[in-house]
Amino acid sequence: MGQAAIELIGINKSFGAVHANRDINLEIPRGTIHGIVGENGAGKSTLMSILYGFYQADSGEIRVNGKPAAIKTSNDAIAAGIGMVHQHFMLVENFTVLENIILGAEGEALLKTSIAKARSELQRLEREYGLEVDPDAIIEELPVGIQQRVEILKALYRGAEILILDEPTGVLTPAEADHLFRILKQLKEQGKTVVLITHKLREIMAITDNVSVMRQGTMVATRETKKTTVEELAELMVGRRVLLRVEKGAANTGAVKLAVSNLTVRDQRGVTMVDDVSFEVRAGEIVGIAGVAGNGQSELIEAISGIRRAVSGSVLLDGKPIDVTGTADPGELRDRGLAHVPEDRHHVGLVLAFEENENSILGYHDDERYRKGLLLDIDAIRNDAKSKIEGYDIRPPDCRLKTANFSGGNQQKIVLAREMEQDPGVLIVGQPTRGVDVGAIEFIHKRLIAMRDQGKAVLLISVELDEIRSLSDRILVMFAGRIVGERGPEASEGELGLLMAGVEQREAAE
Amino acid sequence: MSTPYAKLPAWADYGLIPLINLAVAFIVAGFVVLLVGENPLRAAAILVEGAFGRGQGIAFTLYYATTFIFTGLSVAVAVHCGLFNIGTEGQAYIAGLGVAVVCLTFDATLPWWLTFPLATLAAAAMGALWALLPAYLQAKRGSHIVITTIMFNFIAASIMVYLLVGMLKPPGSMAPQTRIFLEGAQLPKLNWVIELFGARVRSAPLNISFLLALLMAFLTWVLIWRTRLGYEIRTYGHSPKAARYAGISETRIIIITMMISGALGGMMALNPTMGDQHNVAIDFVSGAGFVGIAVALMGRSHPVGIVLAAILFGMLYQGGAELAFEMPAISRDMIVIIQGLVILFAGALEHMFRPSIQALFASFSPKSVGMAATKGKGA
Repeated sequence: MGQAAIELIGINKSFGAVHANRDINLEIPRGTIHGIVGENGAGKSTLMSILYGFYQADSGEIRVNGKPAAIKTSNDAIAAGIGMVHQHFMLVENFTVLENIILGAEGEALLKTSIAKARSELQRLEREYGLEVDPDAIIEELPVGIQQRVEILKALYRGAEILILDEPTGVLTPAEADHLFRILKQLKEQGKTVVLITHKLREIMAITDNVSVMRQGTMVATRETKKTTVEELAELMVGRRVLLRVEKGAANTGAVKLAVSNLTVRDQRGVTMVDDVSFEVRAGEIVGIAGVAGNGQSELIEAISGIRRAVSGSVLLDGKPIDVTGTADPGELRDRGLAHVPEDRHHVGLVLAFEENENSILGYHDDERYRKGLLLDIDAIRNDAKSKIEGYDIRPPDCRLKTANFSGGNQQKIVLAREMEQDPGVLIVGQPTRGVDVGAIEFIHKRLIAMRDQGKAVLLISVELDEIRSLSDRILVMFAGRIVGERGPEASEGELGLLMAGVEQREAAE
Repeated sequence: MSTPYAKLPAWADYGLIPLINLAVAFIVAGFVVLLVGENPLRAAAILVEGAFGRGQGIAFTLYYATTFIFTGLSVAVAVHCGLFNIGTEGQAYIAGLGVAVVCLTFDATLPWWLTFPLATLAAAAMGALWALLPAYLQAKRGSHIVITTIMFNFIAASIMVYLLVGMLKPPGSMAPQTRIFLEGAQLPKLNWVIELFGARVRSAPLNISFLLALLMAFLTWVLIWRTRLGYEIRTYGHSPKAARYAGISETRIIIITMMISGALGGMMALNPTMGDQHNVAIDFVSGAGFVGIAVALMGRSHPVGIVLAAILFGMLYQGGAELAFEMPAISRDMIVIIQGLVILFAGALEHMFRPSIQALFASFSPKSVGMAATKGKGA
């Protein structure tokens, strides 16, 4: 495969007592797509940050194209031909695409010449790699998929030969992700080297040539992608066998717990996001709502759980109405047995600055169990948190630790433990495994199935089609605010994909 | 993918770093003194000696600190709710009206220990009411609380001037202030406590509202960290979205928090009026509300920190007055510069030395720093 574009030799990096990277050796051949997988906290991001000059290794050597490179800052990295596309985009929201691309590479005092240069360069890149972007569009008006393209263009504009992408598909729709992969393949054909950091094994299988697995700061294996399997990679990542398919028996459904009829919801701008939606969820079943992000799923669950006002329609919880257009209040709904795991655990489901135990009562802080006269019963709260930590295997098992210091999977478990342990009749779950590592996904899925087998009604929203298909007893597909079809769990990915894209909309809506 | 998050031991976080910041502030202030042509070491000695050297100085320092504890707490409570209450100044000023009404009405008939609680309630109520309107406008109309509270400071000042040159002024007097309160509205001094330790206090205004301030600091701690209301305040302060999700009413929490903040600011009015001058005079707050912002910032909005920061600012006020007296080249304005430097280094540049100190700790004893983010090893 030719000469190595990047060689890492004996890289070590510690933060205090934590050895984040331990004797890492890695060779990335030029003109390949190389995947790096590992759970959250395995050291992938640290390693890439060393390569991109954010951190310096305590020991070890970096070689770019065979020559030792001293990369002390990200400018050194750029000079060595390394470009990085971060998970969270580094774009100025109210600048145009062109302005963002020349940012930091303006050249002269006046912008005019560099803008003109950037414009012609952009056209060349567009031709070569199929990276179409309107150079004069304002960033904040572009969809995330295009914003990401701008990030890639930024790196290429600076002459990147080696492109590092950190969890690039986390924010993309399946179609956008496919487009991204096509672009990456094109880059590879043009001789660029791509490093893809991800925890989604399917992407690794779909696009990479080689894959390296990290676990707890060490590089445990490098494989040729053709010669490995998802199962093997998952086992290498976690260090034990992982069940990728969820095992579940037949659903034993009971009475209707949640009935939504003709619900219409608008967002802040007055755009109709949920359009005349009706469905019901029975006890003992999981109903999954599939759909590309932004087709009204978020607004739907926010309206049902009392966070957002609906314009019209009605919702019955256990046969009694929820005033979704008027006074519905999340606190009142909790008392009535409706629990909600929100999509955005960082800003909605948790207060990251709080101690773990404080988050374990969020929304239930009025509960008598946590009260002692006028005061909060701190001992009761902490003991309660400790028992949840044990029951849900939350690590590290420290209820006084700040929530921000838990990994994504463990944060999600804090939310799930809180909502599930209230023994609700209805559980609404949004994106339960977003940004969660493989081992925790397995655990969360098992818990959701257990809830269903206890006779709870579960409404699941996820942009991960696999998740919807493996967990749901019935699948509803949402497109442009409407439910465009209902399928059983045996529906094929292709069939659902078409519905999600709105293709069969007319027939399915009848 | 989280960035590694190093943590310092608590004593370094809350003790060492503020001390280093303070030291740097004084070193820079020393250069300023040097520029004026005075000896900075002697100036520092005079400042500390003036604030803590004699019983007299200590009493004055604590008298000023009393005022700053109230205003610091006022700002801090609002900060916990994510609100920046710049209006403590006006809330304290208008609370003087409540104090005046109670004192002028009852000072001839009631003993101080009855007037004091009544005046405390009146001051708190007036301060809370003065915060209510901006709070309501913020909660219901989205008018920014920083803007409205600033405007309310001006309105408070105008109202007080109007009343102090009119209704509240005794007939025939030329001074814009109420008459002197009788004994029933004069608070007992606390100077004897300092004298217990063997120091002598000639006459200083330290009074029992200092104890009220300490009590309020404790109650604020209980409120913020031990009550449901405090929990809701902090939740809203960190994340309004999470508060909405938790079923916390935005309107209710903003209004209640601002009224508590206003009430704490209002109680400040007791100290200079009933405790010291025995009247309500024009401009008796004289910027204490704004110092409260610095105190809350430096005390990290924690009551213990606020008490300590208030004593520090009390020291700067008292020691600064001595310094201006002893060294004619150093005017009152110089003292303001020194105070400004303290605010700059201890408040605004709070995190300037943190990274290097963290690195230092990490190199000496990795265990003491550790990574707080002990990532779960799988599930």
